[in-house]
Amino acid sequence: MNDEILLLKGNEAIAHAAIRCGCDGYFGYPITPQSEVLETLAALEPWKTTGMIVVQAESEVASINMLYGGGGTGKRVMTSSSSPGIALMQEGISYMAGAEIPGLIVNVQRGGPGLGTIQPSQSDYNQATRGGGNGDYEVIVLAPASVQEMADFVDLAFELAFKYRNPAMILSDGVIGQMMEKVVLPPIKPRRTNEEIARECPWASNGMGLKQRGVNVITSLELDPAKMEEKNHHLQQKYQAIRDHEVRFEAKQMDDAEWGIVAFGSAARISEKAIETAREQGIKAGLFRPITLWPFPIKEIGRLSHQLKGILVVEINAGQMVHDVRYSVEGRIPVTHYGRLGGIVPDPDEIVNALKQLQGLAK
Amino acid sequence: MTDEIIKPENLVYKKPSLLNDETMHYCPGCSHGVVHKLIAETIEEMGLQEKAIGVSPVGCAVFAYRYIDIDWQEAAHGRAPALATACKRLWPDRLVFSYQGDGDFACIGTAESLHTLNRGEHITMIFVNNAIYGMTGGQMAPTTLVGMKTVTCPYGRDPRIHGYPLNITELAAHLEGTAYVTRQSVHSAAAIRRAKKAFRHAFENSMQGKGSNLIEIVGTCSSGWKMTPVKANQWMEEHMFDFYKIGDLKDK
Repeated sequence: MNDEILLLKGNEAIAHAAIRCGCDGYFGYPITPQSEVLETLAALEPWKTTGMIVVQAESEVASINMLYGGGGTGKRVMTSSSSPGIALMQEGISYMAGAEIPGLIVNVQRGGPGLGTIQPSQSDYNQATRGGGNGDYEVIVLAPASVQEMADFVDLAFELAFKYRNPAMILSDGVIGQMMEKVVLPPIKPRRTNEEIARECPWASNGMGLKQRGVNVITSLELDPAKMEEKNHHLQQKYQAIRDHEVRFEAKQMDDAEWGIVAFGSAARISEKAIETAREQGIKAGLFRPITLWPFPIKEIGRLSHQLKGILVVEINAGQMVHDVRYSVEGRIPVTHYGRLGGIVPDPDEIVNALKQLQGLAK
Repeated sequence: MTDEIIKPENLVYKKPSLLNDETMHYCPGCSHGVVHKLIAETIEEMGLQEKAIGVSPVGCAVFAYRYIDIDWQEAAHGRAPALATACKRLWPDRLVFSYQGDGDFACIGTAESLHTLNRGEHITMIFVNNAIYGMTGGQMAPTTLVGMKTVTCPYGRDPRIHGYPLNITELAAHLEGTAYVTRQSVHSAAAIRRAKKAFRHAFENSMQGKGSNLIEIVGTCSSGWKMTPVKANQWMEEHMFDFYKIGDLKDK
């Protein structure tokens, strides 16, 4: 069978992938630069084909709570938004983490703070990886660097979310969301039947088989401190299992590299070109791209710090992931940061210059 | 003698089997217990235990899920209608209802409440209005009557400072998406019987996909009102029913 290939925007790829990977429901609210997700779904009318439902909610607050409710019944549900909208969702994400509810949240980032700008940014790294809501919790965060990965990570995020009963996020940005690339559409996976959901999600609150299994309650509340501590320990053990098994990354031209660039998402795409230019100028540079921002590839970057003379962290923000890189490197080599703000995307030459400055610093 | 009387054929009333034996945390005289009983009774009579999904609020009824043996979800403050929307859309043959207090339904969750009603989601929203924040210690609610004293309006609700009470059920009756909007109480045997009919009607509407259903229960909060249960019921009849009139507001 021939692969189905389309030319799509990143946001459109998310919508196509959702329908194809057995998503049961999408709940969202318009915001630039991600509105094409909801628009594409509305145009494709998946409720007529796969039965996937699409709801335009009254707010991002409602969207995330629809996700909490739908995920609580064991269905594959998702939402998408951009930075200020994701900020509004933080309470709901915390509830989902606390009640151990799977679900997919897509953030096509724009610049902030506040209403900020509609131009691309990566300044929600901290919000995504530190948990913007209350309590000790983690969200699995995947950072796509291409339209293809926008499509591929939808199913991956759902798989991880259900495997660990935890919300998962695709942390994209306005560049990846808006740019068009060739996409090999992911394989078609049918939506699970209600019987399959009852089997795979025996915890879900949907009435299925209640007389055999007993009552299921979805809640994050526990007023007994001893029980609440136990519940928190359980969550922490789960997070450790995710750290142990789910770190994903990509390394390019790292084998002989003396200088490393660590970047994710669109900053990594731009850095690829910077590395090409740097190598033409005799700088042996390589790229390390974390794909999971949480769990962060701490050990892998730690190992690289024995090989490299210095690391430049390129982000479209004022310096957020750089702290995780420094933590991983444990002071062995210099780690600097280069970023542009306000919706401006750095060009490869700026990155090469930053690399040269790092070289000067390391000498 | 007793043995002769206690026979199944002589049974005229029993606790609904879906209402379990967990000790309720509600204060003496509180309306929530009666409302819980009516929900359990109606679900049992309709044979919907394995089809029901309840969504409990933040507020006094946060632990509703402990007392009625059906599947539940516990929502964030005000967001129960959003959870219920998703449950019903994804499981259209389920009986989905939210259970909310006045702060939850008519204040922090106003957007979710009105939009869910107006979308005509085929669910039932149960709104227990006792005109005060019970769980947090008796603060002013969106439904607190003008002149009524609470710990955050200790000299009485003054519209110049606190604004007016919100009659959200009146608003709901004007929305295209609502099928059935009613206001009931549970302070007397007759009132409980009328309320029971409202639950049955709303749940049947929900199962038949007729649109959204809102049941407001005007209730008491003897602790928050600082009255005995009997006095609270009297006070409710004398003051609350003037502003919150009992009866059907809409039945499509």
